[in-house]
Amino acid sequence: MIEIHGLSKSFEERQVLNNLDLTIKTGETKVIIGRSGVGKSVLLKNIIGLVRPDSGSIKINGVDVTRISEKEYNKIRMEIGMVFQGGALFDSMTVGENVAFVLSEFMDLDQKTIQDKIVDALALVGLKGVEKMMPSKLSGGMKKRVSLARVLCMEPQIILYDEPTSEVDPIMADAINNLIIELRDKLKVTSIVVTHDMNAAYKVADSIAMFYHGHVIADGTPDQIRNTTHPVVRQFIHGLAYGPITEDENLVFGHVK
Amino acid sequence: MTTSVLISRSGSMIARFFEYMGELTIIWTQTLGWIFVPPFHGRRFLEQARRIGPGSFFISALVAFFVGMIIALQMAYMMVRLSAEIYIPNVVAVSLTRELAPVLTALIVAGRIGAGITAEIGSMTVTEQVDALRAFACDPVKYLVVPRFLGLVVMLPILTVFADLIGIMGGYMICVNKLSVTAPMYFTMVIQSLAIKDIVTGLIKTIFFGMIIAIVGCHQGLTVKGGAEGVGRATTVSVVRSFIMIIITDCMFTTLFYFVFNV
Ligand SMILES: Nc1ncnc2c1ncn2[C@@H]1O[C@H](COP(=O)(O)OP(=O)(O)OP(=O)(O)O)[C@@H](O)[C@H]1O
Ligand SMILES: [Mg+2]
Repeated sequence: MIEIHGLSKSFEERQVLNNLDLTIKTGETKVIIGRSGVGKSVLLKNIIGLVRPDSGSIKINGVDVTRISEKEYNKIRMEIGMVFQGGALFDSMTVGENVAFVLSEFMDLDQKTIQDKIVDALALVGLKGVEKMMPSKLSGGMKKRVSLARVLCMEPQIILYDEPTSEVDPIMADAINNLIIELRDKLKVTSIVVTHDMNAAYKVADSIAMFYHGHVIADGTPDQIRNTTHPVVRQFIHGLAYGPITEDENLVFGHVK
Repeated sequence: MTTSVLISRSGSMIARFFEYMGELTIIWTQTLGWIFVPPFHGRRFLEQARRIGPGSFFISALVAFFVGMIIALQMAYMMVRLSAEIYIPNVVAVSLTRELAPVLTALIVAGRIGAGITAEIGSMTVTEQVDALRAFACDPVKYLVVPRFLGLVVMLPILTVFADLIGIMGGYMICVNKLSVTAPMYFTMVIQSLAIKDIVTGLIKTIFFGMIIAIVGCHQGLTVKGGAEGVGRATTVSVVRSFIMIIITDCMFTTLFYFVFNV
């Protein structure tokens, strides 16, 4: 269970999160949608403690992580896996070493077990025979999947996905969505999925929350969101260039003359 | 009006200076703390040591050799007139071991390795790899700074010892081939003039130079802002600051050794 209450965060003058409330129940998959730059990644980084909030609280299984030391946080982080938006693979290590990072860093396993786990984790994301490659040689979508495999290898209870399917082809994207669902059903993983892909959102979500101006303006089941009458949410989920959001921001899109 | 602006501006510069020193001190103490916390990663240390030591050997040896020759030539210019050529080996040995070899080696390593450290850690910072380390419960100071710190603190004195020896050989080239000093005489004079304390004071300095290069380089890399451009800027800043701090530290140590410890 992740309970976020009154979370605010500014960078220099810019208020990104503004008094945000959000609850993710244990075993639930929560999808977060919202415009680019609204602070979705910043929220995930707040949860895993890479960014400390200005005010508000984040309770993970009852522990308020905004008040604990880095050392205590590290114990909680062992249970949380994060798939970074850009992959964030360690580029001085091979794909295999990346995937096994947590295993070789924290667990006393023999080489054979580690190798097996690498192969298994990569197979889950549809990759084979790439263990010896360096991350710089991979395509964007492959990096994303290796990054996911690295998280799966640590068998976390909570997984934070920052746009897990943004760079992968539609077939692989669907496979990853199925994987997210399977992890929830079989392993009771609690997930937060940030995505811009509405079809994926409807598919994997138990509930969907929309961020706007630093807080949640709508939170409900996929059906509730799909049939919403909220004009801002409607414009967003239907992907319309004209509507309250763009009016609000005084955005005038260019026209080809 | 202008004076008040000047005062407030210099005030904020002084504040930034102390802030920076504070940040360096924090990383430095964290690094020293982490060194003694298991698990120890010998492999990562060796990797860094290998990159720092053998990689910098050729260039530092080359510089030391020529500097040895230059000192001998420079001294010859004066000593020959006084018919005191015989003292040239002393000057070569003492100035190399006490000052020139440690400082020049440190400057070379700061340029080669310090810049590399900042560029590497900086690009890890901007591509969120440092964030990923923290997300996996790894402290970036333990994981990234400690091996580089130890690598530099161990390898810089070793490189300096080699620079001492090779610089003395450079002096030999001039003294024996171009001046009227014989080979046995050259070595006798070198050994006679050198006391253990000359070598040791030189090496104590290099330990601090190594720390400076590592801490300044890593700090600059970990605090990069902006993308590739930020990394480039941080790399330049890292080298410039290391240079300045090495020279100032050297001056402080020389003063300290001379006036306080009389060595
Ligand atoms: N470390 C930082 N320093 C300064 N500003 C930051 C930092 N991290 C994020 N921001 C700002 O916070 C805002 C939200 O960024 P964030 O990355 O969370 O957006 P996002 O919702 O994930 O967008 P996208 O969908 O494009 O990934 C942006 O305006 C960004 O400039
Ligand atoms: Mg984002």
